[in-house]
Order: sequence, then C-alpha cells, then structure tokens
Amino acid sequence: MSMIVSERQHWVVRAALYVALLIVALIALVPLYWLFTSSITPSGEIFQFQWFPVHLEFNNYPEAWAAGPIARLYINSVLVTVVGAVLQISVAVLSSYAFAYLRFPAKNVVFMAFLGAMMVPGAVVLLPNYLTIATMGWVNTYAGIILPGVGSVFAMFLLRQHMMSLPAEVIEAAKVDGASHLRILWSVVLPMSRPMVVTVVIIALVEKWNDFIWPLVVTFTDQMRTLPVWLLTLKNTEGFTNWGAVMAATAFIVVPPLVVFFFAQRQIIAGLTQGATKG
Amino acid sequence: MRVSGYAQGEVDLAATESTAVEGTARPARVAETSGANLRARQRRREYALFAAFVAPNVVLLAVFSYWPVIYNGYLSLTSWDLLSPTKPFVGFANYADMFSDPDFIAVLWRTLWFSGAIVVVSMAAGLAIAMLLNQRLFGRNLVRTSAFAPHILSGAAIGTIWLFIFDPSYGLLKAVIEPIGLTSPAWMTDSAWALPGLIIVYLWKNIGFVAVVYLAGLQNMPRDLYEAAKIDGAGSWVLFWRITFPLLSPVTFFVAITTVIGTFQAFDIIAIMTNGGPGDATTTLSWYVYQQAFQALDAGHAGAGAIVMFVLLLFITGAQARIMERRVHYR
Repeated sequence: MSMIVSERQHWVVRAALYVALLIVALIALVPLYWLFTSSITPSGEIFQFQWFPVHLEFNNYPEAWAAGPIARLYINSVLVTVVGAVLQISVAVLSSYAFAYLRFPAKNVVFMAFLGAMMVPGAVVLLPNYLTIATMGWVNTYAGIILPGVGSVFAMFLLRQHMMSLPAEVIEAAKVDGASHLRILWSVVLPMSRPMVVTVVIIALVEKWNDFIWPLVVTFTDQMRTLPVWLLTLKNTEGFTNWGAVMAATAFIVVPPLVVFFFAQRQIIAGLTQGATKG
Repeated sequence: MRVSGYAQGEVDLAATESTAVEGTARPARVAETSGANLRARQRRREYALFAAFVAPNVVLLAVFSYWPVIYNGYLSLTSWDLLSPTKPFVGFANYADMFSDPDFIAVLWRTLWFSGAIVVVSMAAGLAIAMLLNQRLFGRNLVRTSAFAPHILSGAAIGTIWLFIFDPSYGLLKAVIEPIGLTSPAWMTDSAWALPGLIIVYLWKNIGFVAVVYLAGLQNMPRDLYEAAKIDGAGSWVLFWRITFPLLSPVTFFVAITTVIGTFQAFDIIAIMTNGGPGDATTTLSWYVYQQAFQALDAGHAGAGAIVMFVLLLFITGAQARIMERRVHYR
C-alpha cells in the first residue's frame, strides 16, 4: 500500500520492512546459492556443512557430464524445446489472428471451447495421449515428445488480447490497400505485436525445457531422454549419493532458464501475470 | 381513340418508363445482388480463412486435450492391462472399487490437503510479500526478481536441490534448524514429514509467483478510493479488509485457480523426491493416475482416477467462480 507511505513511517517500521525484504530475498536465493556452492565443493568436504566452500573443486562438472550421455541429452532438450516452442507459437499466432480479426459464426463459442482445454490437467491426458502417440508409431521419437504440446491456449489468449488492443485503423488501411489477411498478419500485426510474441515465445521455451512427465512417459531409452527426465534416471540408477556431482548435473538444467530469466524477466513476469489483471 | 391514344400514350409512357427502368434500374439491381453476392462470398471466404487459421490448433486440442477426457471416460468403464487386444466392459466397477478402498479415499484427502495448504499459505504469504514489495524500499525490484526466479525452474531440478537441503545428516535445513535447538526430522523418508516437506518445496516454487501477481494487482488500484477512505478516518486494518482485499478479488480468483490446477498436476517434484512414498504418504491423485497407468498397467483404474480428478477440478474451479461472483456483487 504505497499510498499510505506518503505519511512518514517511523524508522523502526522501516527497519522492520527492510528485515522482511532481506528474509524474502534470502529464502528465495539461498537454495540456489547452496546448489551452486555444493556443485563446486570437493566430494570429501560436502558432508561437512559450510556456508562458504573452503576449497573450490570444479571436477564435479566433468564427473556429472560423464555420468550419462549429457551431450546427447542437451541436444535432445534444446531440439525439443526450440522446435516445440516455434511450432506452438506459430499455431498460436494463426489462431489468435483469426479470433481477433476474422468473422465466424458463433466465434465466441469456439473461443470458450478453446479456453476450456486449459481445464484439462496433465495427468488426465497422460495415458490416452500415450496410446495415441503409440498408434502413430511415435513412442521414443522427437515427434512423439513434441506433438502433444503444440496446441496452445494460453499463448493464443495472450496474443489475441494484445492484437485486439492494436489500433483498428492500421489494419483497415492495409485492407483498403488490398493486402490479404496473411500479408496483414505477417507485415502489420506481427511487427506491432513483437513484445507479446517475445513474451509468449520465452514462456513456451521455459515450459518446454522444464517439461517432465510427458517426456518421461513417451521415451524409454537414455538416448531419447531430456535433461530433467535424466535426473530421475540418475537418481533411480545410481542414487543421489555423490551430491557434488548431482548438484552439478542439476546446474546444467537450471542455468539456461536462469540466464533467459535474467535477460527477459520483464517479459516473463508480464506474460505470466497477465491473466490476472487483464483476464 | 383518345382514350386508347391516351391509353397508348400511357402504355408508351409505361413502356418508356419500363425501358428506362430496364436501362438504369436493372443494372443497379444486378450491382446490388452482385454486391450482396460479393459480400456473401467475402464472408464465406473469411469464414473459410478463419477455419483454416484455427484448424491446426483445433485439431491438436481436440486430439490431445478433449479426446483424452472422452477416452478416459471409456477406459474407466473397462478392465484393461494395456496389452491384451480386448478391453472387457465392467461398467462402474472401477469407481465402486476405488470409492470403497480406504487407500484411495486417503489419496483424495491427501490431494485436497496438499492443494489446500499450498493455496492458503501461498495466497497469505504472497499477498503479504506483495504489500511489502509495494512499499518504496531500496532494492525491492531485485527482491521481486529473486522471489519470482524459483517459479521458472524445472520441478525435477527443484526436487533434487531440496532433497539435498532436506538431507537429515548433511542438509542445509539441518544446519539452520539445529542451532535453534530443534532436531531435524528425516523429512522425505519419514511418512509423517514427507508431505509437509513437499508442501514446503512447492511453496518455495509458488509464493514468489503469487506475490508478483498480487503486486501487479496492487499497482493497478485506484488511489482516490484510499484518499476518500482516509479522509473518512479509516485505519490501515479497515483499509485492507474493506478496500484492498475486495478490490483484489479478481487477482485472488486467478491465483487460486492457477494454484489449484498447478498443485493437482504436481508430479515432477514428487517423482524426484518421494516416488509417492514412503508407503503412499505422498501419493496424490496425479501420482495415483501415473502409477495405475504406467506401473500397475491398469488402464481402468487410471482412467477412473483421471475422470475423478477432472470432475473434482471442474467442481472446485466452478465453486471458486461462484464465490468470486458473489464478491463482485457485494462490491
């Protein structure tokens, strides 16, 4: 309630607020700090608790890298993430344009049917989707991992909201000039929607990178796993005993989204919180 | 003759008129109908284009979101081991079986407890943190970013990190708890502590997100209402319950729904940290469905579990929508 701040707060109140702020930051960051310091602690010392690593040891990383076909897993994760996100956002852009600019009988009913798909949780679709993909012969393939995640509701919704806020005159002018809808989409609407497109692309990338249950179910060889799923394999086959190496392996998974978040936090936060304020 | 002449003239007039009509009005009508035709054709073209644009999405959602619900409904009425060529029809036997099984009832309560605890705590803590971040404090943007960061991390990675933090002999939490004079529980290997432990982990992932959503809501608040209320002499407690909280109800609704759906889906953290155990101390509905489908190879129970989950979610979000509506009316 910054509105009330206009009256000057007592210094004790302010000090308490700063303490609270510090506690929030510490709770959020200490587990991540612990992850990275553990990953550079020598295995002999990891079992004595220390806030600051005394000796730095970077061997955990090569060790974690050698514990599985990590290069292959990285390729799998990157491929599935990038191709999946590009396909999903393409599908979302097309349908959001249709909902924003094209006429169709009972368009709102179609739209509500779209939104309804958000109510179907992952565990519900698991077995039937596995059976569908198995029928197509795509179990343990990239196509099998990617395809069920290409349909899009959330990104489509955000894009449509954004497109409806664009000035109608610009689109009308393009129509008068005889531009086709594909042309308008490509050279008018998309450039004007760039911030929102960036937002939904980043969110899609992060979600697909982190996806766990579906890649777990639809793949069965180490060669086809993605990085997060491999963590489970690692735990089940070797057990989490060599914590230094396990934390290094975890760092491989955590660092890419953190880097993306560091550079694009404004877009990510805006996108993920949109539903609340503009729903 | 005159008459006829007149008549003739009239006829002529009519004739000329009709030719005049023929000459100008007919093409006009043609233009009108062809204009209508054109518009109809344009409209049809637009309909077709709409259909073409939404088709990929419609097909994908139909196949991978809606069809699974229907197919689960069918599977739930069969007894099938995922291998045999036939799926014997058993009616509602799977449901009857599940609801008379105390273990499944326990799964339901556990899911509601897990989800409810996370919803309530993350909304209370999230709103408190949002109000803190809404103060003009140095470094608040940095804290906002830090608090949000856990939300974008892989659940599998989060589970792994927290497994180490909870480690009863070497973990970080032991180092924090023991100096206060408490003994660290065995967390994930103790059936009394495993679920509370998971709730803590999930809260760590979720609270920052909730706080940032609430913060966006707070920053959209109309200031004049506060000014008016303050002039009326309202204290900050009254301001909060009479203005802030009611005005935030759409945000609360959004946060409650996303958190309920998110916690019902919680899988990756459970898979890494507990495998649904010890015993079935952390077997929630989503873990139950996974287990029945891919470990017990029991499509009937998996399907029935999925349907129960779907109906439960519809019911909960529907109830939330009703409560929300009343709030808005009240306002």
